[in-house]
Formats: sequence, C-alpha cells, structure tokens
Amino acid sequence: MPQPFLQIDTISVSYGKNRVLDGIDLDIAKGEFIALLGSSGCGKTTLLRTIAGFAMPVSGAIRIGSRNVTTLPPDKRGMALVFQSYALWPHMTVAQNIGYGLKLRRVPARDIAITVAETERLLGLTGLSHRKPAELSGGQRQRVALGRALAINPEILLLDEPMSNLDARIRLQVRHEIRALQQKLGITTVHVTHDREEAMVMADRIVILNAGRIAQEGRPETVYNHPQTGFVAAFMGAENRLILSGGEDGDVIAIAAGASNAACRVPRLGRVLSGGQIEARFRAEAATIAEMSPGGAHQGEGLVLSGDVVDVSYPGGLWRHTVRIGTEMIQVDAPRAVPPGTAVRITIAPDHLFLFDAPAGSPPPAQPHPVPVPDEARVLEASPF
Amino acid sequence: MSITFNGLPASLQASLRLSHLWWVPRGLLLGLLAFVIFGPLTNLVLWTVAERWYFPNTLPISYGFSFWARVFSPRGNAMEALGNSVLVAVLTVVLALALAIPAGFALARLKLPFRGLILIAFLLPQAFPNLPVYVNIARVFYQLGLNGTILGVVLVHMTHGLVFAVWIATAAFSAVDAELEQAARSVGASALRTFRDITLPLAMPGLMASAIFVFLESLDEFTGSYFVGAPDINMLPLLLYTASGGGNYQIASITALVLLVPSIGFMLVVERFLKSDVLSKVGH
Repeated sequence: MPQPFLQIDTISVSYGKNRVLDGIDLDIAKGEFIALLGSSGCGKTTLLRTIAGFAMPVSGAIRIGSRNVTTLPPDKRGMALVFQSYALWPHMTVAQNIGYGLKLRRVPARDIAITVAETERLLGLTGLSHRKPAELSGGQRQRVALGRALAINPEILLLDEPMSNLDARIRLQVRHEIRALQQKLGITTVHVTHDREEAMVMADRIVILNAGRIAQEGRPETVYNHPQTGFVAAFMGAENRLILSGGEDGDVIAIAAGASNAACRVPRLGRVLSGGQIEARFRAEAATIAEMSPGGAHQGEGLVLSGDVVDVSYPGGLWRHTVRIGTEMIQVDAPRAVPPGTAVRITIAPDHLFLFDAPAGSPPPAQPHPVPVPDEARVLEASPF
Repeated sequence: MSITFNGLPASLQASLRLSHLWWVPRGLLLGLLAFVIFGPLTNLVLWTVAERWYFPNTLPISYGFSFWARVFSPRGNAMEALGNSVLVAVLTVVLALALAIPAGFALARLKLPFRGLILIAFLLPQAFPNLPVYVNIARVFYQLGLNGTILGVVLVHMTHGLVFAVWIATAAFSAVDAELEQAARSVGASALRTFRDITLPLAMPGLMASAIFVFLESLDEFTGSYFVGAPDINMLPLLLYTASGGGNYQIASITALVLLVPSIGFMLVVERFLKSDVLSKVGH
C-alpha cells in the first residue's frame, strides 16, 4: 500500500440515535479509484457525504495528505461531488454550470471560457454551451455534472451513484468513459454504487459496506473470488446457499454426507471454520448440472448434490434451472436445458465453493427431499406458468 | 343537422346529436362568470362618467367629465393621496421582504423548533378583529409619536403583509432543492455566495409573488391607515371612503379607478420580470 492520500480514520456517523457508520477505516492512495459498494441503507452515501463535508462524524478524522479536514466546510476541502440527481443549476446554461467553480476562484473570464470549452470537448458536450439543463438529455446532464466537478481540477472526485439515472445502454458506455477520464487525469476518486458489475469494471479497489461497517475490501478479483463472509459472497453473486455439516480436518475441509449431498473434502485455502454447521455458497454459473445416471455413485471433484429440476428459463446465454435440493431451492446455469422433473446431480468445483461458519440459528442441514412423484413432475412440466 | 349515422345504434345517434349542444351550458357558465367579474366594474366605469344618475333610470341621464376635473383639481388632493399610497406600498414591500427573506430562509432550511408555531405567530394579527388591533396600535403609536407619519402607516401595513411575505418566502425557499446549494458548496462557494448565486435566483419567482400580494394588500388597506394615518396622511382608500360616505359615487368611482393604476402597473412590472424564463422554474 503506497502512502495514503485520503485517510478515513475510524469514522462514525449518527443520525439522531441511529448509528449509520461505525468505525470506518480506509486509506486511499493518490490516483486510486475506489468503489463503495453496498445495498441501500448500508451507509455508503453517508460515508461519501462525510468525506465531502455534508455530514459530520461523531468521532474519527478525515485527512488529505497531512491536512486534517474533519471540521472544514465542504467548500474548503478541495473535493468535488457529483450528485446522483446531478443537481445542475436550472437558471444557468451548460457553460455557466461548468464555469461556476472557476468564477468563484476569480479566474479571468477568458481563461474560464477556454477551460469550459476544453471540458465540453472532453465530455462530448461541444455545441451545448448555451443550453439550459432542462433542454438536455439524461446522459448530457450527467456529463455536465461531471464537467462541473472536473473543471475546478479537484484533488478528489466523489461520485454518488452518478449512473443510476441513465438507461442501461448509456450506462455501460459512461462507465468506461468515466474510468478512462479518471485514469487520464489521475484524480483520486471515490465512487458510490449498488451495482456490483459497475464497481468491478471501474474500480481499482472495492469496499463493500454492510450495516455501517466495512464487510470486505480488496481488488475486484479478490473480492469476487475470495469473499470472506456469507454476506460478501451473496453480494458478489453467490446467491445459492445451503447449510451443510462438517469442519476442518488438517489441510482440508471435510463435508459430511447429508440427505442430498455426498461426503467430500475440499482444500482449506487458509479458511478458518469452527466446525459443526457450514454455510456453503456458490454462483449459478459455477455449478454444473448432469442428469442422474442409474449407476448413481459418481464421485466427482468438489461438492456433489442431488436434486430435481423444478423450473427452467432462458435469460440469455445459458439456461437457468431452479433445482430443489431437499427443502432448499438453488439456481444452476447450464448451456443445455434439462426439462423440469428430471432428477439431476449438481457438482460445484472446490475453488468455486465458498464455505463459512453458518450463522447461529440456521436451520439444520438439508432434510432428505421428497422422492419426486412422477405425476407431480409431469404436472410441473405441463404447466404453462 | 341533417347528417345521418346509418348503422349506428339509436342511443349513440342521440348522444352524438346532444354533443352538438355542448356550447349551450358552457356559454351560459362563461357568460355568468363574465357578468360576475365585469358587471360591477362596468357599473363603476359608468359612474365615473355619469353627470346625473337617479334611481329609476337604468343608465345615467347625462354623461360628462366634470367630476374628473374636481378630483384632479388642486383642492381634490387625489394626486397627493395616490403618491402617499404608492410610497407606503413600496416601503411596505421593501421592509416586508427585507424581513421575509432571512426569516423564510431560516424557516425553510434550519431545523427550528416550533417552526409551525412561528409561522402561526405571523397570522395572529389577522386572527383578531382588525378594529381593536388597530385602535390599540394607534394608541401605542400615538405615545411613540408615530401616529400621522408615513413610517407609522408602513408599520401597520407590515403587520398585514408579513403573513404573506413570510409564508410565501418560506414556501419559495423550501422549493429550492438543498442539493443545488450543496453542489455550489462542493465546487467552492461559501454559504453566503451560494445564497446569492443559487438560492436567491431560484426562489425569486416566489418572492416576487409575495411582493405582489404585499403591494396590493397595502394599496387597499383602510382600517390601519385610518386609525394611524388620518387625518395627517391622506391615502386613496381614505379618500374613497370619504367620497362614498358622502354619497358622492362619481368621486368614489374615479378614486377607485385611480387606485387601479398602481396595482396594474406593479403587476405588469413584476410579470415582465417573472416572464423571462424564471416563471417556468417555480417550484423547480
């Protein structure tokens, strides 16, 4: 970790009696792009607003370099915030919006015009100088908001879900535009989002927040492939969840045979489990599906589950199967559709299987699932819904 | 109407025929509305040019402008009253807005305790019957030496005007999105600069609307002007009262017409100011 540039030191924020952020610690290097990722209400926007100076922490400090800015008003922090709503001033033109920060700094009008023209060119807004925000499309407004922040050449750029109001196709394009611009200008950036993919493709480092605390931080591929908690695993797309029994056994984790799964041993990879009940999580695309062969006892690598297909749909690319394992339902993607009612074997490779201590109060390991009654299966198959 | 609708059910044909008669109720309604609005005004205009008009006659017996000469004669003091009225109204607007802008901003933005109570407090002078309130104000003003001064009348008019000014200003500032102000702070504007460059221009249509209300209220105000101003400060409504009380409808009507001039003039000025793309931003 290089010398931290923006340092967030055990920040806690409360709204009344409600503690929104609880001891957040985060060091950000100069030029780094950080994504704050979390579901709504996790405190990510509050953290951004605290960095910007619009929310006061009850404890902790924020430093830029060696400068403590915790009690400074927002206009003295050298940061620029891009709002989710864009917050463009409706009574000013595009050029006035972009140039306002420079006007405040008493930059001569001629230089302002040059910077504004340059910013407009950079963001593809050329020719829109004299329009009012009401006369712009959503994407154009978003770029004006970005241009207004960039024009003052801030040390730190703060982005509050700037793409959530754009339609999906523009969003994909803007992601890359913002990322490329950030790299070109080398601005330290903190980006708040609830979109996992957006955070993954844009950020150098992802910080996942949950209930006012940092759940995990790291490079996108680390967080994606090595989630440290069940929450992070779920947030990174491993929505399938089963409770199994087992525990550590030297360098491996041994999972005991259950009603719907065979016994298996997977490498420990530094994981620490206290034993007893295990929460297993995996992504729909990490599992493979195979029709149950009459021979039965296939002993594959990784966790093997038996179940039956309940539903199948085609979201595009792969077929998505809903499979019943005992009383649980899981999603499994496969290149080929398996009709509902089929008894199947699901295999999850060891490096795609995330194992955690089951939280207290989890239901006991999967009960044996009811033997599929052929009639029932046929009804499901024939059902138009 | 001889068009036939072959193949259409009878009920539909009937309703189509009925739809041609829609203008009848609509026309009646609009006519009634026009009469309610313009009827009294027509009567007023007729009175201003009537030389003689007695009871059984529907229209004046003879027309002329002799009463206009009397109103505008040097002894008629209509012009003095007009000047006083406009001066008082302008001063009332300026003072009321000077108070309402900071008060409205504070009420809209700060988390003040008893915010509702403070807003209600401005309504209090209106909650009581005007007469006892103004009689007592006149008594206090007499002791302070404010009776019979322009300032005294302005202050009385403000008790009236502040309700509109503060309430409308509070609404106007509330309608300005706080994020617009935060965006200005974020690019380096101080709190004061933000207010000047962002908040005030965006709240301006609402503030202008409150100015119209205060101005018109002040121009019309009678009771307070009578107790605090008369007889030293002559105002148009007082002139109107004296003329109507004396049964001189011509002079009263001409005075009323004169009273319309500053009202309409002020509305035109403000409307012109509002029109330039600001009006479209009301509540934006």
